[in-house]
Amino acid sequence: MAANVSTTNEKTDKTETSQMHSEEKNKPRNGADILIQALHDQNVDIVFGYPGGAVLHVYDALYRNPIRHILTRHEQGAIHAAEGYARVLNKTGVVIATSGPGATNLVTGIADAMIDSIPLVVFTGQVATHVIGSDAFQEADIMGITTPITKHNYQVQDVNDIPRIVKEAFHIANSGRKGPVLIDFPKNISASIFDEALAEANREEELYLPGYQPNIKPNFLQIQKAIQAIGGSKQPLILAGAGVLFADARHELTEFAEKYKLPVINTLLGLGSIHGQHELNFGMAGMHGAAVANDAIQKADLLINIGARFDDRLTGDTKLFAPKATIIHIDIDPAEIGKNIPTDIPIVADAKEALKALLKNDFDGPDTSEWLSYLNEKQQDTPYWYVEDENEILPQQIIEMVHSITNGDAVVTTDVGQHQMWAAQYYKLNHDHQWVTSGGLGTMGFGFPAAIGAQFAKPDKKVITFCGDAGFQMTLQELALLNEYNLPVKVVIVNNGALGMVRQWQELFYDGRYSQSLMPVQPDFVKLAEAYGVKGYRINTMEEAQSILEEALNSDEPVVIDARVKQLENVYPMVPAGKSLDDIVGVKKF
Amino acid sequence: MKRVITVTVLNQSGVLNRVTGLLMKRQFNIESITVGHTEQINISKMTFVVHVADETKLEQLIKQLSKQIDVLKVNDITEKSIVLRELALIKVVSPANLRNEMNSIVDPFRPQIVDTSKNFVTYQVVGQPDKIDAFIELIRPYGIKELTRTGVTASVRETQPVETPQLSILK
Ligand SMILES: Cc1ncc(C[n+]2csc(CCOP(=O)(O)OP(=O)(O)O)c2C)c(N)n1
Repeated sequence: MAANVSTTNEKTDKTETSQMHSEEKNKPRNGADILIQALHDQNVDIVFGYPGGAVLHVYDALYRNPIRHILTRHEQGAIHAAEGYARVLNKTGVVIATSGPGATNLVTGIADAMIDSIPLVVFTGQVATHVIGSDAFQEADIMGITTPITKHNYQVQDVNDIPRIVKEAFHIANSGRKGPVLIDFPKNISASIFDEALAEANREEELYLPGYQPNIKPNFLQIQKAIQAIGGSKQPLILAGAGVLFADARHELTEFAEKYKLPVINTLLGLGSIHGQHELNFGMAGMHGAAVANDAIQKADLLINIGARFDDRLTGDTKLFAPKATIIHIDIDPAEIGKNIPTDIPIVADAKEALKALLKNDFDGPDTSEWLSYLNEKQQDTPYWYVEDENEILPQQIIEMVHSITNGDAVVTTDVGQHQMWAAQYYKLNHDHQWVTSGGLGTMGFGFPAAIGAQFAKPDKKVITFCGDAGFQMTLQELALLNEYNLPVKVVIVNNGALGMVRQWQELFYDGRYSQSLMPVQPDFVKLAEAYGVKGYRINTMEEAQSILEEALNSDEPVVIDARVKQLENVYPMVPAGKSLDDIVGVKKF
Repeated sequence: MKRVITVTVLNQSGVLNRVTGLLMKRQFNIESITVGHTEQINISKMTFVVHVADETKLEQLIKQLSKQIDVLKVNDITEKSIVLRELALIKVVSPANLRNEMNSIVDPFRPQIVDTSKNFVTYQVVGQPDKIDAFIELIRPYGIKELTRTGVTASVRETQPVETPQLSILK
């Protein structure tokens, strides 16, 4: 086990506080106690984690002063669960892992949270300060490793800094452009005795972060410029991204769009920022977005980007993106403005504040009736499509059925690949904070643990995860949690026996050379589920599909559904990587 | 284009790593970097000389740096009237019969001799980077044994001309 740690500390003048459990009144509090208390102070109601040598003191403190702790079966499961939790509640997710391998197992999740702006506070154990840098047992330089993939990170050097650091971390994670903050916690610090008197003296201290003052309110003049541009436009278009969701601005977005009859399209991560079937919603844009949404971008004379970052999966070739449009870009992160697409009217602000400012002004909006009827016609003519197959179930049909059985109300998480794109296309969301997907990093193995976190966050909601047969196998060990914690998560494996998205690219761009993308040998997912005490179902035919999905999705129990679908189905439409949105292929006219 | 950027930071552990790591991650090409304390406790200043492709890249650089929690201020001082200084230590082969010749050749640069031995002399030169470049070229034929440069640090002049032309050395 980890190196023995001295628990002696110079500071002896500690005071007792009323927060202590009565039987331990006389025991001075150590760093671990302070950490757990700091989590209580932040109203943390659940943490996802996995213990180990460097965090034994922390887990001991947790035992004394409990916060609900979910023991996942892999640290990656813990962090994706925390991401799922954070997404659906718009609240900071909390993760604990030990030093070394525990910490490095979190890295994928931290990078995922960074690129998708998910608020997390991640605690990693660390070897004792006096052996840091000596390649001690289970030492990893997690500060160095995570610096480029965290919004901020700390290594605690003094036990008395813990309250301040935790407070700062939660503030940083869940304000401005949200993101993961890591706190590296050396073992001897967790054992050091806390100076209660000093803490009492510093208790009322305000947060002091002179280098961090996110701009929340929009600039008045910029709003006036935006209003002028909107008023003078003929073919305006709102592109709503995840920023709208993080700002909880769905209501304002919808009101604004309705007030001026402005069409809205979404990014993959912005889905749910307006009702999926709202008459002004023209769907998702980008690589596998709706033909109408991409066409709208190319024809718009004004593009109002609210809380999206013009990612390359959305824009295609940036030089040919929205060629006719004046660009308004509302973003809380000034560094996003002008990064990928030159912006005419930048507005650095929280999406909700910006929309409120726009709504406060009554101005003469543009007449969009012609533009809307063009878009409506285009939408009618070029919907998402598939060609039914007599013998096989199409993956799209599974998503459609799940959508109709759950009335579009379920919390949906996805893994990464073809099924993710079909879920985005066919599961029309009724609400915000109902859609959890790994957009920026495209992390296979994300969907299932994210669903677990989402179910903890919303115990009364139906939570469904669409997974590919490959991605599910990356984190399926978390099946153990469904039974243990009585989580009625519905796992829908869209099983095409392939790394579908890779296979599709090989079909389209590598002359069908399926190099390492077919997976002929698979576990029996039904038996696998049963081994974990979870009911498993297999779907082979359309008839089975309807009846089994109805039974399984309406049950109160966790279920795993192995839906066998056509292997060679492709996701369309598609804008090939690096091409212009105009070069979209796989659009069918109806 | 070459830019001189100063970054004022809170002196926290890891901040240097975060700032330089960021430049690397976003593929900015650092020519030199200097760091040191400032007149305020707990606040350090870094001076970077970087190559950026264009205005958009420059704007990104400044915004990405500003975004870091421990970064207090980012200034592009390239077009200000500034004092730019770098220090170099250059150890050169200098046999007794050539030493006088060498000293007189380099004299206009006003170097200091900071170390001597039988066959070597070490000059310390302070000035703008181009002055140091010139010094090095001048002395190179004699045989440079060792060369170290500190990188550029800079200070913005109190009095700024109304319109400052871009410094020629930075073009
Ligand atoms: C961790 C990780 N490794 C590799 C990839 C590359 N990748 C993207 S989609 C995909 C195939 C996914 O297959 P599956 O989970 O069966 O889903 P499908 O595409 O068939 O729906 C792969 C390998 C990735 N996104 N993430």
